Amino acid sequence: MKAKIVITPKKAVVDPQGKTVQGALAQMGYTGVTGVHIGKYIEIDLAPGTDKADAQKALNDAAHRFLSNPVIEDYKLEITE
Amino acid sequence: MNFAVLQFPASNCDQDAVHALRDVFGHPTRYVWHKENSLGDTDAVIVPGGFSYGDYLRCGAIARFSPVMQAVKQFAENGGLVLGICNGFQVLTEAGLLPGALVRNRDLQFHCEHIFLKTATPDSPFTNKIPAGKILRMPIAHGEGCYFADEETLAKLKTNNQILWQYCDAAGNLTDTANPNGALLNIAGICNEKRNVAGLMPHPERASEPLLGSADGRLIFESMIAALENKAAEKAA
Repeated sequence: MKAKIVITPKKAVVDPQGKTVQGALAQMGYTGVTGVHIGKYIEIDLAPGTDKADAQKALNDAAHRFLSNPVIEDYKLEITE
Repeated sequence: MNFAVLQFPASNCDQDAVHALRDVFGHPTRYVWHKENSLGDTDAVIVPGGFSYGDYLRCGAIARFSPVMQAVKQFAENGGLVLGICNGFQVLTEAGLLPGALVRNRDLQFHCEHIFLKTATPDSPFTNKIPAGKILRMPIAHGEGCYFADEETLAKLKTNNQILWQYCDAAGNLTDTANPNGALLNIAGICNEKRNVAGLMPHPERASEPLLGSADGRLIFESMIAALENKAAEKAA
């Protein structure tokens, strides 16, 4: 069982990395790119037999308190078998 | 006055802070390892600069859960003085002891240079000894010092007079060029609503002796010492 968490910067926070990569893509000749936002991907391995609902609750808590900073980031949590 | 300087794995400005307070100011100062559960007999806590936990996940994100931070939270709740410097400021925002967050410098560069600070208010235990109009020259050394908070929080900071220091030019103007990292409102340092916890990105502990290029940082420590001495005098009276 795996938990997959994608953490992205909030729209209100200036994302200079994203802007820089967007500029580089344009320079390299890729057209039609109107925005780039750089975030984080975290994969957490869970012990076999873990209750999915319990894991969802616990990891939502961990994602909110620690893995992401709600002041500047949003997160999406997915649990897969 | 007893000062405590915290140490997390990979804090690296703790020795400079101890040196400033113990050797330059002559106050008993000791290190407190992050695993300690108690601060002991302390009048003020310094959360020092560095790269605690390698800045992994986010700067200060892991340090804020260290056992000693429980004691710091309690100490702050009881009105104790806490000053976070650079990584220390980041730890305090992550811990929720100060509002907002510090993000990557706008130009993506690590800035290691001297800057000028305008003190926004003398009304705090960290700024009461800074003469009106005095521009402080201090070093910064950070890659993630861009202060961010949402509109609502910024408005509150302004209303409550919680902005303590802002980046300015030599004449005291708050310009974009004087802002090394893109911090909103040129914010270099703030305090909490109760005004007993403060954080700033520049390093006053490396600006407390003329030999290091500027002794303006002294004024921040002098303010804290004066505030503590006043409190002690009030208690005795």
